[in-house]
Amino acid sequence: MSEDQKNVRAVDRKSVEYTTVVEVAGPLIVVDKVGDAMFGEIVEIELQVPLDPNDPSAGYKTIRRLGQVLETHIDKAVVQVFEGTESLDTDRTSVRFLGETMKFGVAPGILGRVFSGTGRTADGGPEIIAEARRDINGEPINPTAREYPREFIQTGISTIDGMNTLVRGQKLPIFSGAGLPHNQIAAQIARQARVLGKQEQFAVVFCAMGITAEESNFFINDFRETGALDRSVLFLNLANDPSIERIIIPRIALTAAEYLAYDMGMHVLVILTDMTNYAEALREIAAAREEVPGRRGYPGYMYTDLATIYERAGRIYGRKGSITQIPILSMPDDDITHPIPDLTGYITEGQIVLSRDLHRKGIYPPIDVLPCLSRLMKQGIGAERTRKDHDDVSNQLYSAYAEGKDFRDLVAVVGEEALTERDRKFLEFADIFEDRFIRQGDDENRTIEETLGLGWELFSTLPREELKRIHKEYVEEYLPGE
Amino acid sequence: MQDEGRVIFVSGPVVKANMMRGARMFDVVQVGEERLIGEIIELKDDVATIQVYEDTMGLIPGDRVVQTGAPLSVELGPGVISMIYDGIQRPLDIIKAQKGDFISRGVEVTSIDRTKRWQFRPTAAAGTLVKGGTVIGSVQETNVVEHRIMIPPDVEGTLEHIVGEGDYTVDETIASVRTSTGKVNIAMLQRWPVRISRPEGERFDPDVPLLTGQRIFDTFFPMAKGGTAAIPGGFGTGKTVSQHQLAKWSDADIVVYVGCGERGNEMTDVLTEFPELNDPRSGDKLMNRTVLIANTSNMPVAAREASVYTGITIAEYFRDMGYDVALMADSTSRWAEALREISGRLEEMPGEEGYPAYLASRLAGFYERAGRVRTLNGDIGSISVIGAVSPPGGDFSEPVTQNTLRIVKVFWALDADLADRRHFPSINWLRSYSLYLKKVSPWWSREVGDQWFAMREEAMGLLQQEAELQDIIQLVGPDALPAKDQGVLEGARLIRESFLRQNAFDDVDTFCSEMKQHEMMRIMLRYHKLLQDAIAKGIAVERLKAVKIKEDLSRMALVKEELFKQEFARIEAEMESEIGGMEVEE
Repeated sequence: MSEDQKNVRAVDRKSVEYTTVVEVAGPLIVVDKVGDAMFGEIVEIELQVPLDPNDPSAGYKTIRRLGQVLETHIDKAVVQVFEGTESLDTDRTSVRFLGETMKFGVAPGILGRVFSGTGRTADGGPEIIAEARRDINGEPINPTAREYPREFIQTGISTIDGMNTLVRGQKLPIFSGAGLPHNQIAAQIARQARVLGKQEQFAVVFCAMGITAEESNFFINDFRETGALDRSVLFLNLANDPSIERIIIPRIALTAAEYLAYDMGMHVLVILTDMTNYAEALREIAAAREEVPGRRGYPGYMYTDLATIYERAGRIYGRKGSITQIPILSMPDDDITHPIPDLTGYITEGQIVLSRDLHRKGIYPPIDVLPCLSRLMKQGIGAERTRKDHDDVSNQLYSAYAEGKDFRDLVAVVGEEALTERDRKFLEFADIFEDRFIRQGDDENRTIEETLGLGWELFSTLPREELKRIHKEYVEEYLPGE
Repeated sequence: MQDEGRVIFVSGPVVKANMMRGARMFDVVQVGEERLIGEIIELKDDVATIQVYEDTMGLIPGDRVVQTGAPLSVELGPGVISMIYDGIQRPLDIIKAQKGDFISRGVEVTSIDRTKRWQFRPTAAAGTLVKGGTVIGSVQETNVVEHRIMIPPDVEGTLEHIVGEGDYTVDETIASVRTSTGKVNIAMLQRWPVRISRPEGERFDPDVPLLTGQRIFDTFFPMAKGGTAAIPGGFGTGKTVSQHQLAKWSDADIVVYVGCGERGNEMTDVLTEFPELNDPRSGDKLMNRTVLIANTSNMPVAAREASVYTGITIAEYFRDMGYDVALMADSTSRWAEALREISGRLEEMPGEEGYPAYLASRLAGFYERAGRVRTLNGDIGSISVIGAVSPPGGDFSEPVTQNTLRIVKVFWALDADLADRRHFPSINWLRSYSLYLKKVSPWWSREVGDQWFAMREEAMGLLQQEAELQDIIQLVGPDALPAKDQGVLEGARLIRESFLRQNAFDDVDTFCSEMKQHEMMRIMLRYHKLLQDAIAKGIAVERLKAVKIKEDLSRMALVKEELFKQEFARIEAEMESEIGGMEVEE
């Protein structure tokens, strides 16, 4: 059908009510005798809930929920209900097909506002007067239109800036575990992140998926204290909100982010937490549809599905703004090979991994640098961006710390006496590195100069000829005491 | 109308339509008003199941499905080189010009520019007998690629007429052939269905190495022209950087790079970097020999399934001209996942981990299109295929890795532990193998140095010994080892840290010529020999560990190509006098 025909049809259809719900299973309903449901179409479900469950004569109240067509047949449609199927019956429930896919109304007024999991305002303020209504699924950025991200963001955290540099337009997740301080770290990044030598319009889009009210308040309070709240858009689906909403809330949040970045020219930082809850919701739908499961019961298309969220980070040629994503996910049982962190790592441009060991030692931020990575680092650092020795310093820190940690294991077996003088230096290096380089205050904002300087201070504890990863001339220029 | 069906079912990329009698398997159809492109993958009575290459949001039962009667094909001819296509060969820059920064649906574009005029030079004369694959002329497509114009594979007869030298568009008639069934007009443009391999002659043994400028590949686990290789590794182990390095520095004539279900920024990286980089062999821009196929992870999944076939068909076309083509597919796991997703929507009985039972045969069928062959024109051409594999959790026991390893002859195993300590390329030298080692050995002996194979074996032996000694160290500590073994550790460490490790981001180290590799290896082995001699004389290991020349040895990789001969000679001489001249202390 052409666009016009579709519009005409949409108007007609809104008045047609189907009362043919024949099946309710988990988050899904099957609506019978619908011949022309559009794939992906949004539906409004009206259910009648008795005012008094014990007395049917007391009458009913009407509740409206949103859903989306997952499968359309010539005679029926399978619909997922975002706000849950609780109290839904096959008798009184009516369904209207709205003739369009899910949209979110954008306008400058969304800044400073709070929205629910289905994109309704949730702060008691006035409705948004939309400037445009955007499809929440977005469209893939044409690779030829992408601008390669290379603008260094200083987060003030040494392990990130020095060794896993974040750049504008990157998607860099935090892999965490239950009880680890990922929220503090994300908030610290949001608070301290800046691009050297520039004052530009920035915004924060915060998307909560199934986290507790307490965690959500932590972020909101932090944004308020730093004055970032007016420049934030909050999308909240908390632990007690319907889980299926988690399927759409990150997409709504990213639609808002795209508007702020590409229409309003702002640099947007998107925090998505917790992606594990998103994946659980995805699995719930797949199970309800009796799909053939992939690993650990997650659907086989989870990679593609996650990609449609993460790949919405980036920069576009000729447009001012950018979208930088920091998704947070908790690894079930700290297992980095679990499908959620695993598939995420295959899509995102690196990862920041938190370690329970470091956390136990009382080190904040407990960032375990060895499995961390920033794929866009090489292009974002160096002479004109940070400093010419940056790459070498990072490589040397990595290999020296890895070697030192190996000796730790060895010492546990053979004792420190069995080590050579050289090896003992590396062993000590690992300790100093954790204590001085990784450890910093949650309000300590180190400049990149300070971070690299710290690296060189640590190198001075090693034999000079062991600095193999660094160009000779940099050793001469930067090594203290040279 | 006979060839028009109606949509009766939509779920993700899978659409079913009825009234489709007469449709054939793998025919292309157009779905809905926006004419979304799809391919028939199942037929039952008059119902056809279609995988749609574009987003199906908004399709409604009752929408039209139009048959085209043709299978999914690619367009071949001058204008393919330096292009960036999506999975079904639509030029991404033209999509951008039409639709803007985001890829929307229903774009109708031609794969090859119809308006551009190419200077055609005929090389065959009227009256000659021609058959499929016969070269009748050429077009200088880029500085480095001479595009040979061939008779399409299914045409045979007498060349009746051929145009003179001049400028022509790709669809103008440049020749005509009198065949047994009548006259056939030949244009520069050809079409070929992607799922069928192009005809070829006799197959040869791959005995010429595909040189990559990467030390661990060329010297330790060589790839051959016409061979197949797999690079499996968990995320962050450097699959993509390795693939990019191969695409940049391989001594192939044509490179086809298929970004299959990977990151958008990675394709952007290639797009911005390749036009800047020069091929060390031809001196020309790398982009001038490269074709890119980009179907990023968030682009429609069915087109991802098609993208590897689009890529290999283009590769076959250039092979038929007598070129050595290298195809990189990053990542074949995403392609397999696309198969799984489609299979799941068809409710087929799943095999291992939900993958369809035909996964193994599809993988084998794809890799088998590689090879070094006699072309129909009588030349020799080759396709080398290098597939990245992304095993979940880095676990190589999963179906895609295992089925791939049953086919490919080179296994470059990436290792997360090496990557964690920033040892790149993080190829595990104990797990990897190349079955072409013996086959390419004569080439190395002939072209570079006759001790190549022996040296490679010696170095491998050292690394093997080192691994065994490391196990002992874990129990007794390094000091407890005898001096001879400590010498082995020193020698192996130099090879490991300064030969196997190679910095892709360093201007010099990113490419290492075969002669430089050979010399580095020779000097490093000589270093080990000198150590062992000194140890046998009774010189303390601590003194040997402190020799000055070690620093120069460890930086050999950073010596520029044009200077390495004299610089290495100096290093070798100093090494001989410093270590060889050591005396036992009283």
